[in-house]
Amino acid sequence: MTDVSVDAPTLSLPEPGPVAERRHGPSGAALRVLLYVSLAVVAFAVLLPVIWMLLSSVKPEHDILAHPAQLWPTHLTFTNYSEVFKQIPFLRQFGNTVLFAGAVTLFSLFFDSMTGYALARLEFPGKRLLFLAVLLFLMLPAQVTLVPVYQLLSHLHLVNTFPGLIIPRATNAFGIFFMRQFFLGIPNDMSEAARIDGAGEFRIYSRIVLPLAMPALLTLGLFHLMFNWNDLLWPLVLTTDTAMQTLPAGLAMFMGQHVVEYGLLMAGATMAMVPMLLAFVVVQRRFIEGIATTGLK
Amino acid sequence: MTSLLGERPAGTGTAAPVPVRRRNGLRRRQALRAYGFIAPSVVILGAFMAWPLVSSLRLSFFDSSQFGADTFVGLDNYRSLLGDQVFRGDLFRTLLYAVVVTPVTVGLAVLFAVMLNRRLAGRSFFRAAIFVPAVLSLGVMSIAWDFLFDPNIGLLPHWLGPLGISFGNGAADPHLALVYVMVVGIWKNVGFYMVMYLAGLATIPKELYEAAEVDGARPWQKFRSITWPLLANTSAFVFVIAAIASLQAFDQVYVMTRGGPFFQSETLVYLIYRKGFQDFQFGYASAVSWVLLVIVLIVSVAQNAFFSRRQVTY
Repeated sequence: MTDVSVDAPTLSLPEPGPVAERRHGPSGAALRVLLYVSLAVVAFAVLLPVIWMLLSSVKPEHDILAHPAQLWPTHLTFTNYSEVFKQIPFLRQFGNTVLFAGAVTLFSLFFDSMTGYALARLEFPGKRLLFLAVLLFLMLPAQVTLVPVYQLLSHLHLVNTFPGLIIPRATNAFGIFFMRQFFLGIPNDMSEAARIDGAGEFRIYSRIVLPLAMPALLTLGLFHLMFNWNDLLWPLVLTTDTAMQTLPAGLAMFMGQHVVEYGLLMAGATMAMVPMLLAFVVVQRRFIEGIATTGLK
Repeated sequence: MTSLLGERPAGTGTAAPVPVRRRNGLRRRQALRAYGFIAPSVVILGAFMAWPLVSSLRLSFFDSSQFGADTFVGLDNYRSLLGDQVFRGDLFRTLLYAVVVTPVTVGLAVLFAVMLNRRLAGRSFFRAAIFVPAVLSLGVMSIAWDFLFDPNIGLLPHWLGPLGISFGNGAADPHLALVYVMVVGIWKNVGFYMVMYLAGLATIPKELYEAAEVDGARPWQKFRSITWPLLANTSAFVFVIAAIASLQAFDQVYVMTRGGPFFQSETLVYLIYRKGFQDFQFGYASAVSWVLLVIVLIVSVAQNAFFSRRQVTY
């Protein structure tokens, strides 16, 4: 096997930039201190809602409602976490979120990469038209089609069902565009060789091209997972039944409609937040690289 | 940057000469296989994007609600939009939101990217910290923000009040609700754009800065005449997605204010939601959707035209 080196699209991120620290002396040191102080303030401000939410989820109720406000709990309690399962269908909504975001991600990776592959590597009448449509849909705000999509799904009795939540999202213009750009960038020699050896197109795609596309698929998969896990408007519109809601929709509705114990809300919100937070910490590097490259291709 | 439509030679033609008829057969076979590849996406995009797009345009000329048949009303929906004080307010607030949030978010993203592009202890921590909101649910995190802004139990009024910063009545303050919604919108996206700028910064050749330093350029001069111009390609992309994202603000509005008080923080997307899915006035909501679509298209085209004139290659 010839070795195929793939150097798109995981451009390795910023080596220390061009601004070499040349200047020493008092003004240089003062600038450095200023830089650190401002970065620390910014980082704290950005992380504040995350920290606050984590800490509030283990606060007793009267701590959350304390005036003046306090960041640290007076004492730790985990009753919020046990109570939240009793008061809202948390487990069910958590499962809904996993199923919805997971299924959308898998289907979308499959369909996006197939279409991206056809757009990058195959010739067929209508190719240009399809690509133009993809570019148009890329710009189209999803809210514009929301009413007719809702009507269509309601007509098909798919509101408040998983197929209704998942199928319309099972492919997506951004994913197709992303995969096409990736496939354009990888060498064609091996597919050609396989084609001459008589391999079918689907075999070439699944055995040769997809394995080479793992980095891109992983990045795109994270995008899809994150976007759908976090999305609010789509599940809000397509689920009226609390037992079908995903966590963002369930928690947001819960916050508005009921007088709740805030600690519960925070425990629920924390558990909705933590999976994405952990996923991010685990794949942080790849993820940031993936985002960095999407803008430049 | 390669042009979007620039087709590269596709991997179809085998080099050896093939008789014409066989080649045609091959081509047809390949086209059929290609249709197999694109079929799932085409069906889904057709049913849930293309058709609804046409359908929403049609709906916008109808009086359509959940019950009863649709009746054609011509431009009535658009006419009542223009006369609707709430719509005009929402349009104004949406544009104001975009005009404020887009440049502030992008500006902060550039600033943070430049700050974090140097050798620095804890650099990856700072980068990750600023990026974190991008992976979290705006809807869920808005719950936390709502509490942080609260005049009675919020930390921000408690901490910053003594510095003379007033938080009014929190997200329930008619004069400030939109400001809080904007702050949360900026918070959500600044790290995402920062990462794009970091990638852009990494492509700028070091020699340029070295030459500028020999000439005795000040840091600000270096930024103005090297960094910013050479980031034009990144900026073109980031400004477009930032503007489009701003025009679609919804999640934090829903959680923190429900568009209130007195519609003072309602955006066009929230209006679409309220009209379409609470009042079930599908025709009216579709008309609002098309107003939004036209604004988004104008913004994208205008920004593309603006930035393509300044595209740089180096």
